[in-house]
Amino acid sequence: MSTELTNKITVRDLKLWYGDFQAINGIDLDIYSGKVTAFIGPSGCGKSTFLRTMNRMNDRIASCRVEGQILLEGQDIYAPEVDVVQLRTHVGMVFQKPNPFPKSIYENIAYAPRIHGIVHDGPEMDELVEKSLRKASIWEEVKDKLQQPGTALSGGQQQRLCIARTIAVEPDVILMDEPCSALDPIATAKIEELMDELKQEYTIVIVTHNMQQAARVSDYTAYFYLGDLVEFGETTQIFTAPRHQKTEDYITGRFG
Amino acid sequence: MVRQMENKMSEHTIKRFEDELNLLKEKVLSMGGLVEKAVRRSMKSLLEQDTKRARKVIERDNAINTLELQIDEMTRTILALRQPAASDLRFIMTTIKIVTDLERSGDMAEAIAGALLQSEDHPLIHLESLQNLAEKAILQLQQALDSFARGDVDLALSIIQSENKINSMFKAVQRENLTYMLEDHHQISAGLMAYSIGKNLERIGDHAVNIAEMVIYMVRGHDVRHVDYQTAVALVNTPN
Amino acid sequence: MNKPINYIAGAANPRQKQRERADTRFRLYGMTALALAMMFLVFFFIDIIGKAIPAFYQTEVHVTINYVEAAKTNYNKAIDHKLSHIVSRGWLRGLPQYLQAHPEMIGSSSEEWVAADSRVDQYIKQHDGHGLKSRYQKIVDEMSADGRVRQVFNSGFFTTGDSKLPEQAGIMAAAVGSVFTLLLTMLVAVPIGVMTAIYLEEFADDNTVTRAIEVNINNLAAIPSILYGLLGLAIFINFMGVPRSSALAGGLTLALMTLPIIIIATRASLRAVPETIREAAYGLGASSLQTVWHHVLPLAMPGILTGSIIGLAQAMGETAPLIIVGMMAYIPEPSSSILDATTVLPAQVYTWSTESMGGYAERTSAGILVLLTVLLSLNAVAVKLRNRSQQTW
Repeated sequence: MSTELTNKITVRDLKLWYGDFQAINGIDLDIYSGKVTAFIGPSGCGKSTFLRTMNRMNDRIASCRVEGQILLEGQDIYAPEVDVVQLRTHVGMVFQKPNPFPKSIYENIAYAPRIHGIVHDGPEMDELVEKSLRKASIWEEVKDKLQQPGTALSGGQQQRLCIARTIAVEPDVILMDEPCSALDPIATAKIEELMDELKQEYTIVIVTHNMQQAARVSDYTAYFYLGDLVEFGETTQIFTAPRHQKTEDYITGRFG
Repeated sequence: MVRQMENKMSEHTIKRFEDELNLLKEKVLSMGGLVEKAVRRSMKSLLEQDTKRARKVIERDNAINTLELQIDEMTRTILALRQPAASDLRFIMTTIKIVTDLERSGDMAEAIAGALLQSEDHPLIHLESLQNLAEKAILQLQQALDSFARGDVDLALSIIQSENKINSMFKAVQRENLTYMLEDHHQISAGLMAYSIGKNLERIGDHAVNIAEMVIYMVRGHDVRHVDYQTAVALVNTPN
Repeated sequence: MNKPINYIAGAANPRQKQRERADTRFRLYGMTALALAMMFLVFFFIDIIGKAIPAFYQTEVHVTINYVEAAKTNYNKAIDHKLSHIVSRGWLRGLPQYLQAHPEMIGSSSEEWVAADSRVDQYIKQHDGHGLKSRYQKIVDEMSADGRVRQVFNSGFFTTGDSKLPEQAGIMAAAVGSVFTLLLTMLVAVPIGVMTAIYLEEFADDNTVTRAIEVNINNLAAIPSILYGLLGLAIFINFMGVPRSSALAGGLTLALMTLPIIIIATRASLRAVPETIREAAYGLGASSLQTVWHHVLPLAMPGILTGSIIGLAQAMGETAPLIIVGMMAYIPEPSSSILDATTVLPAQVYTWSTESMGGYAERTSAGILVLLTVLLSLNAVAVKLRNRSQQTW
């Protein structure tokens, strides 16, 4: 890599417990700015859990306890003075199942900017809605039906709507938790193409079960196994010549 | 470390994929065996002036070509259907590359046998240095196939190291025949023939080196082509 | 190796016949049960409606009214002595008052259609046990032949309260009581129930205390309703001093009873809101309150309303706890405040059903019919809301 890499997120010795069960055993990881980082690994390896620590979605689970540091541009997001609500406008999230609000397409986009007081209703909001939808490459498909419910769109369109909704608050990082697992290959390809465009402006972290997808979309890949980060490196290296036997086994389909 | 005999690897979850890879490896090795045999036989026919054997060598090149086509078909299918990654991907890449090297080596053997048929009027003399070169080239080829079969990086490195040896042996053949041709112009056609046979043998050695380089890539994931021996050794000993 | 292919019906496939017979038998059982249930229902409705319809008609007789001075003190003087058991005593009782208010009428007389006595009414409607003496029967028959007897729509049934005279008894007082009581129940039970459910479902930690509360709420929904009456009596009337028989006492008691139903229904509909919606809102940086208020509650609302309506409908049909708080009273006048003594529709129906006079029997059926109409309407609204809530997301 010729260009200078800067850390957007720096994870240091992160440990996580659900009650007595330790789900993450001390992870050190750098998420580079403007890159797509993919988390791969078998089910239950902690990759989704780890992803959710990065915008503190795991706060909602009462039994969940976190130790260690996650620094977003040098600031610990687990510091006591951190406002989680503000944090989530910096670190947005797209989920496995497309989950637009059962409201109009316009409302889906306008919701977050409105509650955070970023933009008030009116022409400014119209502009922001259009901009967000354009960035998510869905404007052309929905511009004539902004007042129709978002749930009436196809699965792939719903997922792009969710991405548009996330970028409406201009986050730094977008976390994607298996964003294509419910989509057909064409819709998946569109999302992947979109990710390629979005990484110009945003840092993207994606959890995926589809290794080919990780290979296609990501610049860096991290392989997790049983709560450990086994290997992290450039995607080309991971997929052509991984260093660890566990990674090798997983990538070549020799797992279990 | 990877796909190496001493490091027993767990099997693919998809058994048919595992079977396909094993079959592919078998095919490559049997193709290698045929090529090795062809080179040996072409040299033997040359040394014994046995035109019948030489014709057989030329005929059997078809079998090598058929294997090449089969192997290409298999790698294409695996690439399209299995999307191999990591060691599997490197194995397939290696296969694609070394099949070409083997096929060329087969062609060299064919050319050597053909040379005998053409030179019936001007029988070759002074075959000793050519024979030495041939033995070395065949050994290189044989070792290259062994290193591929076993994933033996050390053996592959020794093949790369021997590249200079082959080159200097070919230069000796060159010099020797040049001398003969200068001394006696009746020997020019025989000398030229010997020169081109030597060239063919030297190329077989080159192909063996190519195979060895691919074997290192296959096992270690390092590309050691177009670097000198010392750099190659250094690369092999660093983790990627 | 493979077993022979055999999917053709016939002798070679004996199990098929057996299977089909079992299927048919099973379907038959179901249809029999359904037919039986339908039969009971139809029988019930025919019986109730058949008995209730006469209550909506009131017999009137055409008589001469003499507005004499003496009628001010003795209303019997206003009509022919013969007719004093034909005309409704209730109507006659109103005469002195009328004359006080309209002294100019004194000395005049007029031919008027006035309500007949209940016994006459029953006789005209040809009910057994009408209790009309045979000499009066003759008079009525004569009047009937002269066209001086008619049946008109009994608007009084809907506009008057209970009465000791069946021809004057109506459901107005009970209806007003029911409305007051239900309004109070709704105002108390719905907000408290919904808020409790939201807190338990969306905010409370999942620990022993909340689990214990949950179990208790589920149990409360299953205990006999009369116990709520005792509770209401103890808390509202004896301890807090709420007037006995009042809509307030009844409403609060019914609210206690309805609360668990509303809490359970609300929790169920909150739980039915997909977790993905909450994640979406939290993921965008919405606070807990915003998430619940903007997203979860609107989606759960149809379910909450359905549950509340069903709970209220149940409260409306409830009698037992209200007996305990004294709402089985004789209330001739619609109450004007929630502190007045009042009764409710089912209690009124019960009161009438214990009376022996024929006029009350038909009013009992009519009251049941009114109650059923209201309850079915409430349930229809609930079903409509539930259908609306069955959207996909």
